[in-house]
Amino acid sequence: MLDHELINRTLSTAMRTGGEFAEVFVEDKRSSSAVLDDGRVEELTSGRDRGAGIRVVVGDTTGFAHTADLSEAGLSAAAEAAAAAARGGGGGNKVVAVSPIDVERSAPVRIPPEEVAKATKVGLLTLANEAARAEGSAITQVSARYGDSRRRILVANSDGLLAEDDQVRTLFSVSCVATGDTGLQTGRESTGRTVGFELFDEADVEGMGRRAAERAITKLSARPAPSGAVPVVVGPGGGGVLFHEACGHGLEADLVGKSASVFAGRVGEQVASPLVTLIDDGTMAGEWGHFAIDDEGRPAAHNVLIQDGVLTDYMWDQLRARKEGRESSGNGRRQSYQHLPMVRMTNTYITAGQDDPADIIAATDSGVYVAQLGGGQVNTATGDFVFGMTEAYLIENGQITDPIREGNLIGNGPDVLNKIDMLGDDFAMGSPGTCGKDGQGVPVGDGTPTLRVTSLTVGGTAA
Amino acid sequence: MTELLDIATRVAGWANAGEQVEAFVVHESETEVRAYEGEIESLTRAESRGIGVRVIADGKQGYAYAGTLDEDALAETLREARDNAGFAEADEFNGLATPDGVAPADLELWSDGLAGFSTDDKVALAIELERLTRAAEPRIAGIESAEYIDTAYESAVATSTGIATTSRETGCYVATYALAEEDGETQTGFGFSLGRDPSTLDPSVAASDAAERATRLLGASKPSSERLTVVLDPWVTAQFLGIVGHTLTGEAVLKGRSMFADRMGDTVAASSITLVDDATDPAAFTASAVDGEGLATRRVPLIVDGELQAFLHNAYSGRRASSPSTGSAVRGGFKSGPGVGAHALALVPGDRSPADLIADIDNGFLVQGVAGLHSGVNPVSGDFSTGAEGLRIRNGAVAEPIREVTIASTLQRLLQDIVAIGDDLQWLPMSAAGVSLVVADVTMSGA
Repeated sequence: MLDHELINRTLSTAMRTGGEFAEVFVEDKRSSSAVLDDGRVEELTSGRDRGAGIRVVVGDTTGFAHTADLSEAGLSAAAEAAAAAARGGGGGNKVVAVSPIDVERSAPVRIPPEEVAKATKVGLLTLANEAARAEGSAITQVSARYGDSRRRILVANSDGLLAEDDQVRTLFSVSCVATGDTGLQTGRESTGRTVGFELFDEADVEGMGRRAAERAITKLSARPAPSGAVPVVVGPGGGGVLFHEACGHGLEADLVGKSASVFAGRVGEQVASPLVTLIDDGTMAGEWGHFAIDDEGRPAAHNVLIQDGVLTDYMWDQLRARKEGRESSGNGRRQSYQHLPMVRMTNTYITAGQDDPADIIAATDSGVYVAQLGGGQVNTATGDFVFGMTEAYLIENGQITDPIREGNLIGNGPDVLNKIDMLGDDFAMGSPGTCGKDGQGVPVGDGTPTLRVTSLTVGGTAA
Repeated sequence: MTELLDIATRVAGWANAGEQVEAFVVHESETEVRAYEGEIESLTRAESRGIGVRVIADGKQGYAYAGTLDEDALAETLREARDNAGFAEADEFNGLATPDGVAPADLELWSDGLAGFSTDDKVALAIELERLTRAAEPRIAGIESAEYIDTAYESAVATSTGIATTSRETGCYVATYALAEEDGETQTGFGFSLGRDPSTLDPSVAASDAAERATRLLGASKPSSERLTVVLDPWVTAQFLGIVGHTLTGEAVLKGRSMFADRMGDTVAASSITLVDDATDPAAFTASAVDGEGLATRRVPLIVDGELQAFLHNAYSGRRASSPSTGSAVRGGFKSGPGVGAHALALVPGDRSPADLIADIDNGFLVQGVAGLHSGVNPVSGDFSTGAEGLRIRNGAVAEPIREVTIASTLQRLLQDIVAIGDDLQWLPMSAAGVSLVVADVTMSGA
């Protein structure tokens, strides 16, 4: 993406004010999307973003600047701005020479989305729309969205590292509105993978349209959700959001380093039920949070965070790892070249247990079954977290019964982790997510088997 | 700024016969300083430019963007938008805005004072903010973040239908997240101060607000569930209004995604409620004289004395609803076309202080923070459920802190159940103003 000599000169310029570490991150991203709404293909959008972010670290201070101008002059100006921002003690004149590292890559993209005709992409939207509307006249609105992106990145730093990656992601979602005597309800279904257009070899967009429509229709007869603490069974896949919020963010080394996490200082301790083994794994080929290298040039890794309930490690980026004299765990990510990297999750999941999912429900006298989760949010310092339920049912006498309306559930991370008392053998990855932190969004995946929490507060209105 | 308008006008001028072209051009500079333990944690200086082009031909619409204003990119972006339009389906209501004779308000949203403020001064402000936060209270044990951020934003919109407008504004704020600790328990609180340039920023207010919000939650416990009266803190009210505003957009109404679609003229809120969207109010942090399509913004009374009186429209939704645009086209940057949304929502405030309002409440909950508005509130169905923390109200006074609860109702009911509005209107760094709001009969779910 850039000439190696130009990279060397840019890094040397960045180190000129006495920097201890400098990095050039180059990104060239093309995106395209198409939206169907209100019965017609509304708009296609495409765009390109290209530029470089340069950071210089001196002591605990990071200077950062970015530019869309990838010429020698543009890069040099950004390097000088970043160096001035970090300005160390004396001058330096470190000569930097980068050399490429070998990165293990997953299978190449089979069908690059840019080689697929726009008409073909648009055709998928129409199929999903028709399938959703065929579910019945209760379906009064459908929107479907197709999106793809190709993100080429290059990372080089003053340690001599040079690494490149080519990340292709493809996404499809359908949202429906159903109208009935009780008002409006919504249903959604989405799929997204770090693959090309071959996503649609397995993703059945008509089936997605039907499932989104069924969800909306089912909720028309939903009862108000309970209010208060009850046993909660979370279905396979979706439960990943629960762990993402309950402990994922709290295991990010930047928050831990500021004591802004309830999990700070607890490595080696039992922090969860012995059933829980939590892994963050950027190497899972094809998954939404997958990459070959992170946005600091580190190879993706399989990191065990909690083993049989015992906290084994946090997630690390370059900056925090450097401070602790250890290696980054490949969790340094950023939204774009205009952003500083920080510690982020990739694909976060709980390994399968041994219970039959049917037994988990049968063993629950009364409670709530959450089949599909929405997003969530956590305050890592207190551990309090919420997550939304977008498809949920009552459990009565060991059986799933009536659908309930949407709402949030609330719990405290360390408390909830210890209240997991059953874990199914039906592991599945969930829907693609965008994780937000400090205003930056990055694609993340998550997964779980069916699991039971003995007590979680459901934020409904029914007494 | 004339440079941006020149580019936009030039691109719009490349329209073919029978085709409409709109170019939206942006230039933004930003400085962000984060302080930690008396040092600069990070200092970011950034400048970005971009263009978004919308093409409508034969009723079909396409969009493309580029994160650069290089000459080659301009033509390529137009070509791409034109190509995209060819694959959309026709809609008779598609069309760009046309000049409607409404003059933009005369707003001074740009401060030359920002450019005169040196990076060193900004750094000093962030470091002072962090120091003040740590010093505000003995129980403040740490900082999650303490930052100074400013932006200078200039944009231009030009169309082949005769629109040619520019807009520019500066803004800056300091914000701090404090960690309070006592007996091994941690609580968090934030505070901020904002302005058009740093001269009006008051880091001591941000620091003391953050410290107070964090320390007053220390010792919080999880109460049992009950129905009670809640007082929404201005910060919470503003977030709530943002969701209400979404349900009142022409986009949501016309596409059957609003529970208020068939309610024009009906009483949809308590009679004390008058909700106005007014980007021409210079006090609003999100004030703007022109909207995302280059039309003048205007004052739009949406709900007056509880009665629904208007929806928000951009050019498309207005045309489809046989109603003029209300100057409510909003953009989330140059990477997507304009949608419909509120610019600066505010309730007409009441005449009683928050303390007076609380004095009337025997059993209530002062909600100082909410979590999960994106996951537990459905603006289509109206289901409303969010995580909450704050202080219990007993016998007319604030009492013990509570945490890890949710509050739930529906948007429809919440609007009807508002029993009082405070006199403490304040503009926040979002497209709605905050004010204390008292809502009866809300379900609090806890242990």
